[in-house]
Amino acid sequence: MQLTNRAKKLEKKPMTLAERAYLPAIFQGLSITMRHFFMKKATVRYPEEVRPFSPVFRGLHVLKRDEQGRERCTACGLCAVACPAEAITMVAGERKKGEEGLYREEKYAISYEINMLRCIFCGLCEEACPKAAVYLQPDKIAPPRYERDEFIYGKDRLVEPVSPDARSVRGIQLTPEQADALRNKLAQQPA
Amino acid sequence: MAKITFDGVEVEVPDGTTILNAARQIGGSIVPPAMCYYTPLKGSGGKCRACLVRVAAGSAKDPRPMPKLVASCVTPVQDGMVVENTTSEQVLNVRKGIVEMLLINHPLDCPVCDQAGECDLQNFAFEHGVSTTRYQEERRTFEKIDIGPLIQLHMTRCILCYRCVYTANQITDNRVHGVLGRGDAAEIGTYIENIIDNDFSGNVIDVCPVGALTDKTFRFKSRVWFTKPVNAHRDCPKCSGNVVLWYKGKDVLRTTARKDQYGEVKEWICNECRFEKKETSDWIIEGPAHIDRSSVISANHYELPVLNQSVVADLPESTQRDLEKNPPLKLGS
Repeated sequence: MQLTNRAKKLEKKPMTLAERAYLPAIFQGLSITMRHFFMKKATVRYPEEVRPFSPVFRGLHVLKRDEQGRERCTACGLCAVACPAEAITMVAGERKKGEEGLYREEKYAISYEINMLRCIFCGLCEEACPKAAVYLQPDKIAPPRYERDEFIYGKDRLVEPVSPDARSVRGIQLTPEQADALRNKLAQQPA
Repeated sequence: MAKITFDGVEVEVPDGTTILNAARQIGGSIVPPAMCYYTPLKGSGGKCRACLVRVAAGSAKDPRPMPKLVASCVTPVQDGMVVENTTSEQVLNVRKGIVEMLLINHPLDCPVCDQAGECDLQNFAFEHGVSTTRYQEERRTFEKIDIGPLIQLHMTRCILCYRCVYTANQITDNRVHGVLGRGDAAEIGTYIENIIDNDFSGNVIDVCPVGALTDKTFRFKSRVWFTKPVNAHRDCPKCSGNVVLWYKGKDVLRTTARKDQYGEVKEWICNECRFEKKETSDWIIEGPAHIDRSSVISANHYELPVLNQSVVADLPESTQRDLEKNPPLKLGS
């Protein structure tokens, strides 16, 4: 059955002598293959080797703390309303007396979740944030995991770890040795 | 009757009508903004100066322009008056200054404030102001006053529009609510606690143009733009029972009175309807409340479908009936 009239009639030409000799074509093909052995490789040995990120790369989110180690996020919901993928949800709560060292504003996020499967890493949340709290890190990616719910990042994985240099955090005074030990411990934690 | 020209549009209104109300009869984008004037509240207006307009000709008898800009919400019209609002450069510049004045002492805590998204001052500043502040001094602060479990007072956010004061005067017999102090130290008064027991005290939340008086039962529950407004009513012995329920999922997070296009409450509602009836079973649902397209609350908000009736043949009868009652929105309007 003919569906279109665009079919072309092909004529089978008889092969030339060089083509019939077979071996020249084989060597021509092999030489291309051999040349590629010595060319620069297109792949890297991930995860031992990591490609450099572009300076404007937008990777895994982080919820920043301020200079005094308090959470900057005030659960205003602007990131969630800006998010085109609707990946962000949050529940706000009121700061109680005595928590002034933990949260910057009177309102804070009790829970803050980003679904990394929904997220398209467009950076609109970062742009919308009036408190400079949420950032997409230029050097981290959301690593692969086995379960879907492992991609829903809660505050435990999003909030920036308390910097050991912020000595006044929760009134705990750290000696330089303790600070170093804490810094090493934090560095060993997976992203 | 008096005939006036407002921004080049002629309108005839009864004598004694204010310029603002005459402009509202024309409608559209030429209506001056109002932060303190509130039609249901007698005596309100003339405080915030947001509605200043230029009167280019005082009346037919005396066509001299008025020497200063006038507050359109308290100035009555006169026959032959020519008023300029959006057509006058001077008015627009002054309005920018008014925004700046109102924001001098207003804390920029919109991310924390529950009013954000439906705040008159936010809209006013967004439409008429500049995005930076020149003010460097310290903003005024107040000692926190707890006025009960239902209403939250944030005195720092107050712009002294007096709307709540007039509401309190209207709903109670004796004067219990007022503004104390002068100038910078003026604040909504000590006796505000006394109206809280009144059945209609919750209405001060609705009349407040900013986040100074907010619903404590809704405090930090959700941002308004994540909630879906739904018109509903119930048989209430105290009030009309016509309200807007603000849903998040299946939960009624908040109940407010219905407002018209200028943000003015149509009918006061009682505290029982506002604070206690938070179950869907308490209410008879009428349908989604109308939200202006320019509002952030309209994100993901669906009302009646936008459709071209001549294209869609054989609409179900029920849909046709709905469409007659609430004509569909025109795209781009």
